[in-house]
Amino acid sequence: MTAPLLEVDDLHVRFPVAGTGLTGRGKRLLHAVNGVSFSLAKGECLSIVGESGCGKSTAALSIMGLQEPTEGEIRFRGRPMTGPSAPTRMERAKAVQIVFQDPYASLNPRQTVWRSLADPLRLHGITAKSESADRIAALMRSVGLTPEQAGRFPHEFSGGQRQRIGIARALILEPEIVVLDEPVSALDVSIRAQIINLLLDLQDQFGLSYLMISHDLSVVEHMSDRVMVMYFGQLVETGSWQQIFASPAHPYTRRLIAAIPDPAHFGRISAEPFIDAPNMFAPPAASDLTEIAPGHFIRRTALEGAARA
Amino acid sequence: MRLRFNLALGAFLTTLVILAGLLAPWLAPFDPVLDADLMSSELPPDGTFWFGTDAQGRDVYSRILYGAQISLTVGIVSQVINSVIGVTLGMTAGYWGGWWDDLVSGLTNVMLAIPSLIFALAVMAVLGPGLPSLLIALGLTNWSWTCRIARSSTLSLKSQGYVQAAQTLGYSDLRIMFTQILPNMMGPILVMATLGMGSAVLSEAALSFLGLGIQPPFPSWGSMLTDAQRLLQLAPWVAVFPGLAIFLSVLGFNLLGDGLRDSLDPHMRTRKP
Amino acid sequence: MTEPLLDVRDLVLDVPHGRGSLPILNRVSFQIHPGEAYGLVGESGSGKSVTSLAIMGLLKKPLRVSGGRIGFQGRDLLTLPKREMRKLRGDRIAMIFQEPMTALNPLATVGRQIAEMFMLHQGKSRAEAAPLAVAALESVKVPNADRRARSYPHEMSGGLRQRVMIAMALACNPDLLIADEPTTALDVTVQAEVLRLIKDLCAERGTAVLFISHDLGVIASVCQRVGVMYAGCLVEENETAALFETPRHDYTRGLLGALPRLGSRAAQGRQRLIDIDSIIADRSRLTETRFITPRREETP
Repeated sequence: MTAPLLEVDDLHVRFPVAGTGLTGRGKRLLHAVNGVSFSLAKGECLSIVGESGCGKSTAALSIMGLQEPTEGEIRFRGRPMTGPSAPTRMERAKAVQIVFQDPYASLNPRQTVWRSLADPLRLHGITAKSESADRIAALMRSVGLTPEQAGRFPHEFSGGQRQRIGIARALILEPEIVVLDEPVSALDVSIRAQIINLLLDLQDQFGLSYLMISHDLSVVEHMSDRVMVMYFGQLVETGSWQQIFASPAHPYTRRLIAAIPDPAHFGRISAEPFIDAPNMFAPPAASDLTEIAPGHFIRRTALEGAARA
Repeated sequence: MRLRFNLALGAFLTTLVILAGLLAPWLAPFDPVLDADLMSSELPPDGTFWFGTDAQGRDVYSRILYGAQISLTVGIVSQVINSVIGVTLGMTAGYWGGWWDDLVSGLTNVMLAIPSLIFALAVMAVLGPGLPSLLIALGLTNWSWTCRIARSSTLSLKSQGYVQAAQTLGYSDLRIMFTQILPNMMGPILVMATLGMGSAVLSEAALSFLGLGIQPPFPSWGSMLTDAQRLLQLAPWVAVFPGLAIFLSVLGFNLLGDGLRDSLDPHMRTRKP
Repeated sequence: MTEPLLDVRDLVLDVPHGRGSLPILNRVSFQIHPGEAYGLVGESGSGKSVTSLAIMGLLKKPLRVSGGRIGFQGRDLLTLPKREMRKLRGDRIAMIFQEPMTALNPLATVGRQIAEMFMLHQGKSRAEAAPLAVAALESVKVPNADRRARSYPHEMSGGLRQRVMIAMALACNPDLLIADEPTTALDVTVQAEVLRLIKDLCAERGTAVLFISHDLGVIASVCQRVGVMYAGCLVEENETAALFETPRHDYTRGLLGALPRLGSRAAQGRQRLIDIDSIIADRSRLTETRFITPRREETP
């Protein structure tokens, strides 16, 4: 196994939540991300799944450098991305880029696609007109658009085309890791397949590593190599996609998978019973993950709970 | 269609004011200051004096043409100062937040609590009367609304994907503010500025009336209007024409602002594929 | 042969544009029988939501009906006087929306809002309506219903608010419930609970459902029959099982193939998803063919 590209070690992100009353008494800390550790290998697609408020987006923002972690370390190729020796925004840009969920809000409406792609290149020292033109043209073709279309403004494109442009912008600096934040959930159903196919093609073509944030388990199963399940700020289960989908061990994972409405099972709605939500204001519980199969980890508290029941 | 009409009428009126100001030396049949003749005072409009004459026998038409220069200068310069102050403070406060935001917001609230004319009076009292101090006084008084709008626009634009993307692409904070945020809030800022131009013209009239603005005998629409108030019964034309000039130019600025906002919107601008 | 409860026939909607008009719905016809759950599936702009608004008589200008009829219990809703339509809405036909926060009044307790349905349509007094409202909340499985009746919409989670909406909609035992993307804003596990609730309650009470969604999986788990909409046309209609097993229209085939199916990667390895544009050469010709399979009468 090669050395991991990205390592996240005991990541904590806490937000102060204002108390009530005039004096604002009872200010508490919300543990949005509560002791999350993982690593991402070169060429791998790792997905974080969970529902709204589980901390998956906050974790991704920390990796992007858009949210300062409260505790913990993030390393890229062994080099710390946080703390005093953190890289500058410019250095970080070549390591990690992001594709956003909403293709309508993710492009500057007052810039042509060309400018959105050429400006970052210029900023990073590619000043020769011909070189940046070549790179933009090649990239436009890679994402399934024509170089001529770069002269247009975002509003002249459909949602699916905009998402292609968003992907092009994420790739223009040739990063090694691309964070995909719900990359298809805002798109029309018939467009989703095209974007999923494109993302998989680009991963092959450029040897990209994906960190995908999603709540859509059918997309996760289709795209991922490994899956992490987050529940109220904590990692509750992690394993290969086969392990997670074929033998989910944590009750929350089972509940998530059972909740997917599947066209193949008409008339069936299944829902596993609720499990107790951890208190997000409490200090982290014992963060031990137990390995139940090679590479398949599950939070121990859940196992104990299951054993008690 | 209606929007185009607004823009066209606004542009027409504003152009009219600009032309009047620029071409005043050639268009005016009389000198606005020197051609005073008490023998021909308070004459109603006729073939010689198109808009009549005032109490000193000066041609109202000529004075209005020259007055356009002052109104335009006051409107544009004071709003440029206002917008630069308001946008700089509002955008940085919204973007950086923290203590700077608290400070700017506090200052904005203080400014909003002081009646703007009183504040302008205080500034004029320090700087003394005259056009330059009038411009500074009006430029320093009305930035708080622009600042508020700039701050709230920045707060909402900051969470847009393209601003976050710019951060991850390595853009510096200043570059993000100028290339990603500022162009996307120009619409409301422009509208504020044009509305402010109208009110600046009116404030200039008030300050001139108090003897702190444009010094007589130089013509400004405001001071003409205040001079005319004694003559309202006797010679209404002395008041009507400056009043009309103020009304039409303020209307023109406002319509132009509205029209510009819509035409600056990239959704209205489509290129051929 | 039972009479259909809702009989939409050749419904045409358009927007006046210059001298002509832009078509929004093009001769849409479908029937819903008493107690049946019927699904309309389509992408944004396909016309599925305006269809439901037309049935409710809530079309906003410049949209206008320029043809067809909407029969409901033997009456044509399109020609019904406004007063009659208002009486029908909420009483015989109820609707739940995608975002319950905007459909609920933020200044009134949810108990009060449910109670109003009884006061408005059944002439109950406030005192009589209050316990009915609590019972309605209990029926949608809201825990501590009597306490929850006193809370305001903003004090509730999205899932709870959607339950309140369902309680309000079903308060007067309507004959038809229109659900327009009722779970799109919800998390998957909450979605499953809300879907189960809608399905069970309507089956229990014999309420017919018109379920509108872009999500084929959601439609499949609730509805007995499905209509597929594309560009203002109903392009295919069939029993749910038959539609998913043997889709006949290119567009339906494209939609079904475009989604990764849970478990398919484990079974067959990672297949490339079907790009809808590769099976459909010309989208403008899609609405020329329609595959409508008539409803089978259930034989005992």
